[in-house]
Amino acid sequence: MNAHARQATPTPTLPRWAGEGEKALPTPSPAQRGRVGVGAILPILALLLTAFTAFPSHAIEIKRVVSPGGIEAWLVEDHKNPIIALEWAFEGVGAADPKGKDGLANLAARTLDEGAGPYDSQAFAAKLQDNAIGLGFDAGRDAFTGNLRTLSDRRDEAVELARLSLNEPRFDPEAVERMRAAVLSSLRRDQADPSYVARRLFYATAYPGHPYGDEIRGTLETLPTIGPDDLRTFVKTQFGRDRLLVTATGDITPDDLGRAVDRIFGALPAKATLPTVTDAEPKGLGETLVATRPTAQTVMLMGQPGIKRADPDWYAATVMNYVLGGAGFGSRLMEEVREKRGLSYGVYSYLISLDHTALVMAGGNTVNAKAGQALDIMRQEWKRMAEGGVTDQELADAKTYLTGSFPLQFSSTQAIARILLSVRRDRLGIDYLDKRDALINAVTRDDVQRVAKRLLDPARLLTVLVGRPEGVTATKTIDGGS
Amino acid sequence: MSAATRLLRRLAAAGALAIAAPLALVPASPALAVEKGVFFPETFTLSNGMQVVVVTNRRVPVVTHMVWYRVGAADEERGVSGIAHFLEHLMFKGTDAVPAGAFSRIVAKNGGRDNAFTSWDYTAYYQNVARDRLELVMKMEADRMSNLRLTDQVVYPERDVIIEERRQRIENEPADRIGEQINATLYVHHPYGTPVIGWPQEMSTLTREEAERFYKTWYTPNNAILVVSGDVSAEELKPLAEKYYGAIPARPVPERTRVQEPPISAARRVILRDDEVRQPSIRRNWLAPSYRTDKEGYAYPLEVLSEIMSGGPTSRLYRSLVVDQKVATSAYLGYSPSAWDLSSIGAGATPAAGVPMDKLETALEAEIRKVVEKGVTEEEVATAKKRMLAEAAYARDSLTGPAQALGAALATGQTIDDVENWPVRIDAVTADQVNAAARAILGKTNHVTGLLLPLQDKGS
Repeated sequence: MNAHARQATPTPTLPRWAGEGEKALPTPSPAQRGRVGVGAILPILALLLTAFTAFPSHAIEIKRVVSPGGIEAWLVEDHKNPIIALEWAFEGVGAADPKGKDGLANLAARTLDEGAGPYDSQAFAAKLQDNAIGLGFDAGRDAFTGNLRTLSDRRDEAVELARLSLNEPRFDPEAVERMRAAVLSSLRRDQADPSYVARRLFYATAYPGHPYGDEIRGTLETLPTIGPDDLRTFVKTQFGRDRLLVTATGDITPDDLGRAVDRIFGALPAKATLPTVTDAEPKGLGETLVATRPTAQTVMLMGQPGIKRADPDWYAATVMNYVLGGAGFGSRLMEEVREKRGLSYGVYSYLISLDHTALVMAGGNTVNAKAGQALDIMRQEWKRMAEGGVTDQELADAKTYLTGSFPLQFSSTQAIARILLSVRRDRLGIDYLDKRDALINAVTRDDVQRVAKRLLDPARLLTVLVGRPEGVTATKTIDGGS
Repeated sequence: MSAATRLLRRLAAAGALAIAAPLALVPASPALAVEKGVFFPETFTLSNGMQVVVVTNRRVPVVTHMVWYRVGAADEERGVSGIAHFLEHLMFKGTDAVPAGAFSRIVAKNGGRDNAFTSWDYTAYYQNVARDRLELVMKMEADRMSNLRLTDQVVYPERDVIIEERRQRIENEPADRIGEQINATLYVHHPYGTPVIGWPQEMSTLTREEAERFYKTWYTPNNAILVVSGDVSAEELKPLAEKYYGAIPARPVPERTRVQEPPISAARRVILRDDEVRQPSIRRNWLAPSYRTDKEGYAYPLEVLSEIMSGGPTSRLYRSLVVDQKVATSAYLGYSPSAWDLSSIGAGATPAAGVPMDKLETALEAEIRKVVEKGVTEEEVATAKKRMLAEAAYARDSLTGPAQALGAALATGQTIDDVENWPVRIDAVTADQVNAAARAILGKTNHVTGLLLPLQDKGS
């Protein structure tokens, strides 16, 4: 049954953690269906891992495992439940599809588990289901990721199925066709979602001619041009061990993990042949684009250049974002737009750090008639933060939240493996969980002020509005939107 | 979607179930009998009648603390639709001890996260916090159970917020709008036909006084369930529960009696054409028993049927409509037996490009008719049960999932024993029972069919 939560999903700060199956550039999805049950819990769990907090080392101990074949994997060994989770990423893979083949990496991700080795699509699916094995792939902006989840007594079967999918995918024409149809259908369905329309317009405007501006699932035009041979070439040339990062959690010893990792990945080519992706600064700064759609609300999405994860001021920016619009209730944006004026169900801000760009973003939905007012308030808050930074109290509250809430992320075997993978991808070091509190606690008001001044400038926001906003001066209007 | 996600969704939808199980459930040893046990909770009841449930999980030093009230949108009086959900929002608007807006801020300051949600049958409030902050959130949650103080100044801006929430959740997208309309058509008399968030013309006239009346009528410890999961045991929790919740006096609460559905003999169609729609879809819903109303023993067989028809790529609907006939890109049959009153079962599909909707509808109907007339095989039932029970082993591997499932089950009239016996009851389902349930429920013709279509039939 439907349930209605009081708060919209907070926003992802780090795209790669924004959840399995994320196909677009990272963006919040504030209209989460508040399904009763696990879904209703998602709003909180989905809160971003903007930063981590340290753990009592007895709770989470990370082991560095090097397989006999030389593949490094990080492991949190935990034998309390008979469950094993593996996560991996091929960095840079799928970051740029070949010209005219937009959507190739994503279609590969969808089709890798549609039959491999001796098993056709139905047989492969039956093997997974009968053994309660979860195997999934995802084409992201900066990496091609995968995950495997199994009960410990099905480990060998699970490892073999993962190996087959990566090393001997069949790409039978029937399966490729079926997955293509499913992707096309999802693209068509999204056209009715104003939040999706806003994201597309934002990223296409900010990154024209760059892969970050493209729809990662491809388009109605490019998808039909992708054939099984394209998928085979993709797999053969891109899944190189030099791009691979692996993490694991659960009921497995380091020795067994080493053997499993060698079995799954050991026969892949040592080196990948990857397309180069250039760094990109967002364009369209200062523009206000309106896509007219007959919707009840206006969806607002705005952003400007942000800060990279490796930047020394990342933690100061994280604190700034928390106070500005990352906190949900209690954030300045939420307070001014929702709590004081009832203009919106939710407004938020978030940081995005990708390999080749960074953004500081804000967004929310508001009734059409009040869109101009909501937008003005959000820009004023942008300015207030740039000019005045945060108060001592805000700084202290942000720190206790950002450090104290981190353990809440370690909610399942798979969640822990996923966090480890993020730490590896961001090159934070195997001792990061222990260092994290100190990094956050070291942030000063001056640090926040400096980074706010550097990042936030309401005059340079690229703003996208989808709906029938009133009280807004558009620099460009796009009719129909889709 | 990963299998785990699928399972959790199913558990969540089912309101309870699943789990844990020890290796005995895993198909490796098919000879072993399936045993009772899903979340292995502990439970006790306070002297004022408040039930307490604890699921211990010591992986990290955190807890999920939830209070569930046995009241939801279906308990509203006519004319004030949305008041249960509005009150949920207003529960954050202050007591003498914790002023308006401070609740979530205090939780956040303490490294926690909180939220709340409302359904037709329950309203729940929760916080995820470090174990050493449990007492703090218990104190605050108990405080607002009886000390809410509302003023017009905080109430009326919040009414604008829920109206925006309605626009965002329902009105912005045609798929959500038709969902609301289908539901309103399926339940012609029972309040499940009224959206939880409310009808817009009534939401805009809700008052502080009505919210307060609803609060005073339903928010009592004897009408609430405390569920805590994580790094805590019943023994550790009990003194705190007694101190904070046990001190609140019980009050009589009205019986939950909702009007029931009259006999309906007509099939109905709901058609929404909208210029925004680029991808049409079809769904069909039938009324079906919930666990609580299941006098004929159909609920567990319908869950197995749903797995056979809809459980992943090897299921009947996917294989037939998507793989073999290629008339659809997706197809499903979903059933959620977790409700206080009559539940529903729904089928649906998305057409492949160029496939006319009537052709898709005929194909979907044919699969439904096939299962109603010819039934399922013993082998299909055995495979479905094996998969459901094996997947169940993951359900306890979560901080919040068990609390969520147990709270929803208890608030919709199940017992802990029901939840813990889910594996046993699923294991006991036979092909004959699945076939009887399919005939009785999917064989009915008084269903509601929903069609979501573009303004003109572009592309088909």
